[in-house]
Amino acid sequence: MQMTKNVTLARAEALPDHAPIKINAMGINVFYGEKQALFDVSIACPDRAVTALIGPSGCGKSTFLRCINRMNDTIVGCRVDGRIEIDNEDVNLKSLDPVVLRSRVGMVFQKPNPFPKSIFDNVAYGPKIHGFASSKSELEGIVEHSLKKAGLWGEVADRLHQPGTGLSGGQQQRLVIARAIAVNPEVILMDEPCSALDPIATAKIEELMDELREQYCIVIVTHSMAQAARVSQRTAFFHLGRLVEAGTTEAIFTNPTDPRTQDYITGRSG
Amino acid sequence: MTDALLTADAAGAPDPRRGRTADFEARVKKRNAAEKRFRFYGRLAIFVALAFLVTLLGRIVSQGYHAFTAYEVSLPVYIDPLRVDRANPMGANYDALIAEALLAKIGAPNDELGENLLAAQELVSTDLGFNLLDQIRKDPNLVGKTLTLKGPVKADAQLYLKHEIKRETAEGDRKISDQQMDWIDKLEKAGVITGGFNTRFFTASDSTEPEQAGVLGAIVGSALMLFVTALLAVPTGVLAAVYLEEFAPKNRWTDLIEVNINNLAAVPSIVYGLLGLALFINWMGVPRSSPLVGGLVLALMALPTVIIATRSALKAVPPSIREAALGVGASRTQTVFHHVLPLAVPGVMTGVILSLAHALGETAPLLMVGMVSFNPGIPESVTSAATVLPVQVFIWETASERAFHEKTAAAIMVLIGFMILMNLLAVIVRRKFERRW
Ligand SMILES: Nc1ncnc2c1ncn2[C@@H]1O[C@H](COP(=O)(O)OP(=O)(O)OP(=O)(O)O)[C@@H](O)[C@H]1O
Ligand SMILES: [Mg+2]
Repeated sequence: MQMTKNVTLARAEALPDHAPIKINAMGINVFYGEKQALFDVSIACPDRAVTALIGPSGCGKSTFLRCINRMNDTIVGCRVDGRIEIDNEDVNLKSLDPVVLRSRVGMVFQKPNPFPKSIFDNVAYGPKIHGFASSKSELEGIVEHSLKKAGLWGEVADRLHQPGTGLSGGQQQRLVIARAIAVNPEVILMDEPCSALDPIATAKIEELMDELREQYCIVIVTHSMAQAARVSQRTAFFHLGRLVEAGTTEAIFTNPTDPRTQDYITGRSG
Repeated sequence: MTDALLTADAAGAPDPRRGRTADFEARVKKRNAAEKRFRFYGRLAIFVALAFLVTLLGRIVSQGYHAFTAYEVSLPVYIDPLRVDRANPMGANYDALIAEALLAKIGAPNDELGENLLAAQELVSTDLGFNLLDQIRKDPNLVGKTLTLKGPVKADAQLYLKHEIKRETAEGDRKISDQQMDWIDKLEKAGVITGGFNTRFFTASDSTEPEQAGVLGAIVGSALMLFVTALLAVPTGVLAAVYLEEFAPKNRWTDLIEVNINNLAAVPSIVYGLLGLALFINWMGVPRSSPLVGGLVLALMALPTVIIATRSALKAVPPSIREAALGVGASRTQTVFHHVLPLAVPGVMTGVILSLAHALGETAPLLMVGMVSFNPGIPESVTSAATVLPVQVFIWETASERAFHEKTAAAIMVLIGFMILMNLLAVIVRRKFERRW
């Protein structure tokens, strides 16, 4: 936490304020049974940029992330109010199949969760069920392409048919990213993707995010201020279920307007 | 605590960091003693349980191992053309022919009253006579020749050979007379009677004659019945469990269903028998004492267990796998059938095999649907009358003839053998699937 005081802003010049809005959330309230977890959250995430969600534990970052690909639907007793648009299209529309939505919005979880299948099958699963490949060679092409993009190809090219669960934690996380990329999404959600990894694996994932940013809209939840500063262009600070402040990463880290944000990023709270 | 500190002070070693006071040490001692005591009780409990098990198995084995050996006669019989009519082989008294041959071997005379003949007849199974008739009907040219007949020694004579009927018992209290005992000894010495492995026990079905009875019919009956049970209970149970665990909304109705399934698993099995009698036999007209009706009843009985086992296997699959599949856009059904269920297979299989093993040993509900009947044949289909292993045990145990009782223990051993086999299978399945990744 001490290092957040003199945070380095790697790409201060690359602030995509002008970038088109990809995800637009308006007045989101989320309830778990009786308990309200998010209060009137409105936030916009630009395309081809990384948006970081920060805030103390339990403030609702994951909950918000799960609203975007409707993973909250799978939680019993969870209710989402409000409107979330991806490319101006309401994701909560009854007519929108969550299966279709999730093929457009990939998700990477805190703990790497490869299927207990081979590396190849892990990546090929998405394209297979969505019918993206018409032949075996095409499928192989997608798998190779995705693994290359996830920066894992070099390490696993010769053992594609060994279990994905046999990889190291960092490799597994990149495998999971490759699996998400394979269905050719527009948005990638990452919920604390590096919290189970060592610094070297973390650096690799961060590098990867930086590359992926050129093609995807990425939303990442992180507890590391340094990471938020390093990889994101925009940052949103959540506190007790409310969005306190959102803006360019530079602005949030150098000149926060809310004292709570100030306290959090300098390590005085949370 | 204050007390403790005071004693420490009084002892003159007032190092506050090493507060190991007398009180503290007494506590440690007490705790250690309690631990030792507990371990002792644990060992004692295991010892008692093992002792029971060993006694039980020991008793069964010591009673039943005799049934795995059997004595056979191998007797040359001259088929006298004066006694057997080629044209009408049915008319002849083959038992007398055989008994005469036996007497000849023994060297005893065939007295006027025919008492010796009757006594000799009591030594060999009626099977020999039927066997001889069969052969002659097939080939009438055998008349006039000498045939070597093979067949089991009569059950009571076998008991004497196995030293279960003893000479010391008063003659009036046993079924074998002193004279017959002498004859048996003579025949054994002459090599007419020989002992060996009782293959008949595994190749024959139930019979009114103990020496001819075997368990094959019951084994086939059990297999057919388990087949029906598995065919019904496994797909139904697994699908019900998958639906309840993965798809059903969590509300009062599903809670009610869950509670009831758990209750059903605890319903005494005989109740299922009554239900089966009313539902399957009286209402649906399924044939009585058939493996089909038995299988139906046991499927009802196994269903709750299969559902519970499957649900707990599904629950054990980490939620991260579901998230992963849903995250790449798999539907709920795809998530379940591509990822969750395959991972739950070892647990499901273990549960299924164990509940089938349980069904294999079930007796009470089968008595209700008429499976307790004498069945000398091997059931041909799931609708023909049949007996199953545990019911066969029951039938033999209640038989009046003493020779059946060793069969009881032997049939129990066969049953336990199958159970152990199934449990082993469950272990192997679990190991094999778990080792895959
Ligand atoms: N499945 C659930 N059922 C009930 N309450 C939940 C559930 N998931 C989250 N919550 C509650 O919602 C609130 C927000 O949780 P959430 O997981 O979104 O926090 P978070 O910001 O991601 O925290 P962390 O940084 O620790 O991951 C918390 O108070 C939490 O207890
Ligand atoms: Mg979280």
